[in-house]
Amino acid sequence: MIETPTETNYSYEVVVEGIDIPWGMAIINSNELLVTEKSGTLYYVKDGQKTAVKGLPDIYVRGQGGLLDVALHPNFSKNNVIYMTMGISAGENEEGGNTALYHATLNGTELSNVNLLYKASPNSKKGQHWGSRIVFDQEGHVYFGVGDRGNRDVNPQDLTRDGGKIYRLNLDGSIPEDNPFVNNSEAKKAIFSYGHRNPQGMVIHPKTGQVWENEHGPKGGDEINIIKKGVNYGWPEITYGVNYSGTPITNKTSKPDMEQPFYYWVPSIAPSGMAFSTSGVYKKWKDNLFVGSLKFEYLERIVIKRNKVVKREKVLEKIGRVRNVVEGPDGYLYLGVEGKGIVKIVPES
Amino acid sequence: MRILIPFYLLFLSLLSIALRPQKSKAESIAAGQEIYQDFCVQCHLSNGEGVSGVFPPLKASDYLFEDINRSIKGIKYGLKGEITVNDENYDGVMVSQGLDNEEIADVMNYILNQWGNQSEEFITPQQVAEVSKSTLN
Repeated sequence: MIETPTETNYSYEVVVEGIDIPWGMAIINSNELLVTEKSGTLYYVKDGQKTAVKGLPDIYVRGQGGLLDVALHPNFSKNNVIYMTMGISAGENEEGGNTALYHATLNGTELSNVNLLYKASPNSKKGQHWGSRIVFDQEGHVYFGVGDRGNRDVNPQDLTRDGGKIYRLNLDGSIPEDNPFVNNSEAKKAIFSYGHRNPQGMVIHPKTGQVWENEHGPKGGDEINIIKKGVNYGWPEITYGVNYSGTPITNKTSKPDMEQPFYYWVPSIAPSGMAFSTSGVYKKWKDNLFVGSLKFEYLERIVIKRNKVVKREKVLEKIGRVRNVVEGPDGYLYLGVEGKGIVKIVPES
Repeated sequence: MRILIPFYLLFLSLLSIALRPQKSKAESIAAGQEIYQDFCVQCHLSNGEGVSGVFPPLKASDYLFEDINRSIKGIKYGLKGEITVNDENYDGVMVSQGLDNEEIADVMNYILNQWGNQSEEFITPQQVAEVSKSTLN
């Protein structure tokens, strides 16, 4: 059961206004940030003033797809390189589109050296399940997810196909030699884990360095997973959820060769975005996990003890559909709220 | 004579476009059902009732039947801000789903003839094409 706090010692302030779907954001410092608007605009924001960045690739906007996440290269302060995920249709004969990872150099409000690092295939006109978030580990890898593209019976369990996967690349887009399926001649070599439905939250655990992920399940099957190399997370062969219509997908919630979720939500909250609070900015929130709820329109605070979720609490209830949450380098939590923009949680002294 | 052959071929190809059989209403509704399941059902739900106060209903919706082009415009370009549907206020955002004119026509025909909704109108891709961003609400 999720708790509603009786007293709170925080409020929020609006950092960026007027963005319908602030899908991704990357905080540069307390005054500067990048925000993606799903319909296809990347904003550079300084002191609340937003400027559309020029030089983006052609974006394919359809259903849940469009311009998705943006992230700063681990060495951004020196090289100004950013990474982005988005739907594109380029490069194939089939109609439709699929999720792609790019990197590019940000010069003020213009992009140069725009490079496609990975493009999921084939294109599809389906509107669903594009993912996607981007994170970096300490060993020079970039991770991103692609959802099952509305083709659950075909994509997530098939290593020769894209979709329903978490991918790992070197920062230059090359395939790491120790990726789990490099010796499988048929497999897509960029795959790091599989059996996912629609990953829309990802963060590196501040202590273990592991990739944590949340994904939209079917009704009652939203999950938190800790992503491990080569592991199968089971979608759609195992799930705790059922079809939106209430009919079953499978009667199995576990199989020996498939990983259990770290946590699953009943009812579904429609999770998007994921962050740990590592700073001391907020009293009693240190090391807590935060996940946006699109469906219930709050930020969820999750307390974990001994690898178990021991407490869940609503933060900023009724703020709107929370699309994203990140911890800035200044230690504050920033939320992307649909119809609103970017807000920052401010502790009250 | 030879010089006329390209024109003749051009004429034939234009003719074939003009004579391309248009979908019947029933075919359009069937195609629209697929579009609905893919792009609309998550918010407006399979019963078309939406979620009171959050996602407006399409079933027996006065907003829909008062001005069909207004809804076409909403699907085509997105819709945000306050609207009133069946005496209830909504203040959300529906973003453009990236559907082409034919897909919008199909899904409109589905919505207009589902859950007890009934409409004499048959929405065509041409009608959708004529709805512009500046179409008055």
